Amino acid sequence: MLYREAGDYKTSYTADSQTFPIAFDRYRYWVVLAVSFLVIPFFITDYLVNALFMPFLIYAIAAIGLNILTGYAGQVSLGTGGFMAVGAYACYKLMTAFPDVNILIHVVLAGGITALVGTAFGLPSLRIKGFYLAVATLAAQFFLVWLFNKVAWFYNYSASGQISAPERMVFGVAVTGPNTPAWASYLVCLVFVTISALIARNLTRGALGRQWMATRDMDIAAEIIGVNPLKAKLTAFAVSSFFVGISGALFFAVYLGAVEVGEVFGINKSFLVLFMIIIGGLGSIFGAFAGAAFLVTLPVFLKLIGVDLFGWPTDLVAHLQLVIVGFLIMFFLVKEPHGLAQLWRLAKEKLRLWPFPH
Amino acid sequence: MKDNGESFVTEDGRTIGEVMLDLRDITLRFGGVEAIKSISFDIREGEIRAIIGPNGAGKSSMLNVISGFYIPQDGEVWFHGKKRAPLKPYQVARQGIARTFQNIALFEGMTVLDNIMTGRLNYTKSGLLAQAIWKGKAEREETENREKVERVIDFLEIQAIRKTPVGRLPYGLKKRVELARALAAEPKLLLLDEPMAGMNVEEKEDMSRFILDVNDEFGTTIALIEHDMGVVMDLSDRVVVMDYGKKIGDGTPDEVRNNQAVIDAYLGVAHED
Ligand SMILES: Nc1ncnc2c1ncn2[C@@H]1O[C@H](COP(=O)(O)OP(=O)(O)O)[C@@H](O)[C@H]1O
Ligand SMILES: [Mg+2]
Repeated sequence: MLYREAGDYKTSYTADSQTFPIAFDRYRYWVVLAVSFLVIPFFITDYLVNALFMPFLIYAIAAIGLNILTGYAGQVSLGTGGFMAVGAYACYKLMTAFPDVNILIHVVLAGGITALVGTAFGLPSLRIKGFYLAVATLAAQFFLVWLFNKVAWFYNYSASGQISAPERMVFGVAVTGPNTPAWASYLVCLVFVTISALIARNLTRGALGRQWMATRDMDIAAEIIGVNPLKAKLTAFAVSSFFVGISGALFFAVYLGAVEVGEVFGINKSFLVLFMIIIGGLGSIFGAFAGAAFLVTLPVFLKLIGVDLFGWPTDLVAHLQLVIVGFLIMFFLVKEPHGLAQLWRLAKEKLRLWPFPH
Repeated sequence: MKDNGESFVTEDGRTIGEVMLDLRDITLRFGGVEAIKSISFDIREGEIRAIIGPNGAGKSSMLNVISGFYIPQDGEVWFHGKKRAPLKPYQVARQGIARTFQNIALFEGMTVLDNIMTGRLNYTKSGLLAQAIWKGKAEREETENREKVERVIDFLEIQAIRKTPVGRLPYGLKKRVELARALAAEPKLLLLDEPMAGMNVEEKEDMSRFILDVNDEFGTTIALIEHDMGVVMDLSDRVVVMDYGKKIGDGTPDEVRNNQAVIDAYLGVAHED
């Protein structure tokens, strides 16, 4: 099949601003969706879902969230881990306080609660920018982890200090707890990631997205065309935290099942998600997926090649991974801030004009 | 110039309306520096009002006062017959005042189309949820705004660069895109800070034509800072002359041209006939 723009004329502005303006891209999108929903669930195994699919899908949601804040609205955050923890603990409290309410509703509510918390922690962004804002969000990160460790109410006074997800059903199938089938946890994450990506895409291609990007590119000019900087920044924090909260809730309830906050939602998480959007591409929804996929598969791939195939010691492979990630971060920050998504776009641009580049 | 009650008829026979913006005894200080010293002048409906003066005279500062960037220490801004409370820039924008900057202030990471679409933000009323599902009002507004923006794009003849990221454009086109963004807001009052600075003759002619057409076709009132005296004399209905923060002349291009204080301070050096 040819990848072509020619002969694919837009006759309306709606058609022109759609998500995939080129027909081939649209087909591919539907194919990916169909395979994800209708094929993979039949083949998925416990190993695949735990090692690859669940972390990929859940991190993709977190990366979409952070990318809205950092990539689109230009507000740096190192608090992603802390906000994921808010989502996780909100979900836990809701699950245990209202056991009869559907878990899916709890996950969405946990996102809403995180949005409120994120907005509150976003208030300093009205005064400070860049490095100073990063430090402020770092403070939020440490504060939130400390809070969930310190205040026993958050973990229902359990002796271990951990939170663990009780079993909850959706349509008679367990989606949390040890009896959850692989396909069920996969589908729950897939539904959330699909809806999150759609919402994020709509918001970023519309008026709100333009407010965010305008604020990112030149806040003074944004204000002069009528953007209220308070509203632009706080909505970015709210929407971003909403997605990050949902990913935290899923990470806890569906993926891990039990969480010790400092271990799971520490500063490492914040950096991991930040690295995902840098490698995947700042300011791109596709980039969030690409970055999440890359950083989730890299350790699995390295283990497969290094440890299983060549018999290298595990710690060597772990260090190799750090070196690779570090190198890539530097490469993308210096050479290609729009990340894998941009490399992909450039490849497509070439393909689109091939074989007559002029 | 004949004074015809509330409105003017200019030398070229153009009728100019009531006072739209009235600046009264504006004083602006930066620390010890008095950038604007008790200046008063008005801008009338439908006119092209030039502000001229040497570098550092305080012209840009004046536009910044009008658009709410700077709050003057003294003086009053009257808009449409009402005294204006100190406003934030985005509130000024919502009153129908748009502007361009002396140093281009575009959104470099966005396409030309998206840059111009930001000019329509004041016309977007749909909420976050409607935009999130991209249905109903949100979708309708997006299409309406796009239609308006396409008209501006046609008007300024920049169809070919619609989807180009602004960062890749040459200087002259950037100036044009910035004008497009301001026009997309359908302003009542348009403030242009040196729209032709750094342009070649041909680009200046294009830009002059656009400014005249905007004024003609949409009836937009324009305040224009410009150094090229030929352009100022051609375009403007009335001229304010500033020097060292003071107003030293105010009137039709001919009056200003023959004003001795103006000749001494400015025209004598910059303008050879
Ligand atoms: N933000 C500012 N802080 C301090 N001084 C300023 C600022 N903006 C302008 N000025 C000073 O005010 C005076 C007028 O500047 P400006 O309005 O830019 O002049 P013009 O546009 O006529 O060239 C200059 O002396 C300039 O240095
Ligand atoms: Mg100036």
